[in-house]
Amino acid sequence: MSEKLIEIVAEKFPDAVLDSHSRLGNDTVLLDRDALADVVGFLRDDETTKMNLLRDLTAVDYLHRAPRFEVVYVLYSLEFKHQLLVRVPLEEDDVNLPSISHLYGCAAWLEREVYDMYGMIFDDHPDLRRVLMYEEFDGYPLRKDYHIQHSQPRTELLARERDSVEEFNTYVKHEPAAGSRDQ
Amino acid sequence: MGLEQDLPEVLTTRLEDAVNWARKHSLFQYPFVTACCGMEYMATASARYDMARFGAEIPRFSPRQADLLWVVGTVNHKLAPYLKRIYEQIAEPKWVIAFGVCASTGGFYDNYATVQGIDKIIPVDVYIPGCPPRPEQVLDGLMKLQEKIEDEPWDKYAYEQKVRERENTGLEEEPIYKKMS
Repeated sequence: MSEKLIEIVAEKFPDAVLDSHSRLGNDTVLLDRDALADVVGFLRDDETTKMNLLRDLTAVDYLHRAPRFEVVYVLYSLEFKHQLLVRVPLEEDDVNLPSISHLYGCAAWLEREVYDMYGMIFDDHPDLRRVLMYEEFDGYPLRKDYHIQHSQPRTELLARERDSVEEFNTYVKHEPAAGSRDQ
Repeated sequence: MGLEQDLPEVLTTRLEDAVNWARKHSLFQYPFVTACCGMEYMATASARYDMARFGAEIPRFSPRQADLLWVVGTVNHKLAPYLKRIYEQIAEPKWVIAFGVCASTGGFYDNYATVQGIDKIIPVDVYIPGCPPRPEQVLDGLMKLQEKIEDEPWDKYAYEQKVRERENTGLEEEPIYKKMS
């Protein structure tokens, strides 16, 4: 059934699809990053695909390989029960790619996590900050060239974390996240 | 049941022993629970194992009302300053128990995120090993702490005593948890 998805994408965006396969039952398309938002938006809205759930958004670091990183989007349709993996290869020295947080609200959080752990820069993200690690943390811990035992201890809070609740509130942005109900 | 008849009319003891006896049997706890060890802490605190038998009755969820800090579970570097701050907020006398291997040594988490033992941040009195420790182990640790409290000089926490110590040792050596920062 869902190998059809690859065909649909390849037919609609012939220039954007770099490669595709169905290894281990995972239907996968490799996309050019410039077409990412268009393709994902199409997959979400089209009547034949209806990929209305972003199951996961993560990244893979293939150290010593030519496009070093791949950002992986797992799209799922609750209606048709089909799934498609969209992978975007990225070069080591150019890790920018478009954000899809305007299409899926949860993507804003997941993109922040990928930024935190792998250092991908999602353009036009509403609030791209670290989400799990602390702000002073230097480097990206899930990259393969980050040494596994290298830690960056801290025992003091940043002044703005410490001083007062008022100051802390000025530091936390109270704008509603993209896709949240408060908008 | 007739016991009080056997007691002498006057009990004599040293002030130090009396103070320490009172202290060791009224430990007000602050549980700093971050991970799965918390389940064992709850098991120990509740009816079957009943930590209240040892005078460690009520968990206080404000450090200002506690004098025993249980660090239960993994502490990561992001959390470390908060733990240190909670320790500093507890009024003296205060004691710290590292509950489980994660709090004691970092456990099997030897990576970018985890503090390799809370003694890198705050001083620890008793380490309880185990992943997680059984309630018997926890109670053993608590009894070890009680033994330790028993032998403490009762005025250890008095201001005068601290001044005296500082004068005797000359310059105070920087403790390891302060060197880190």
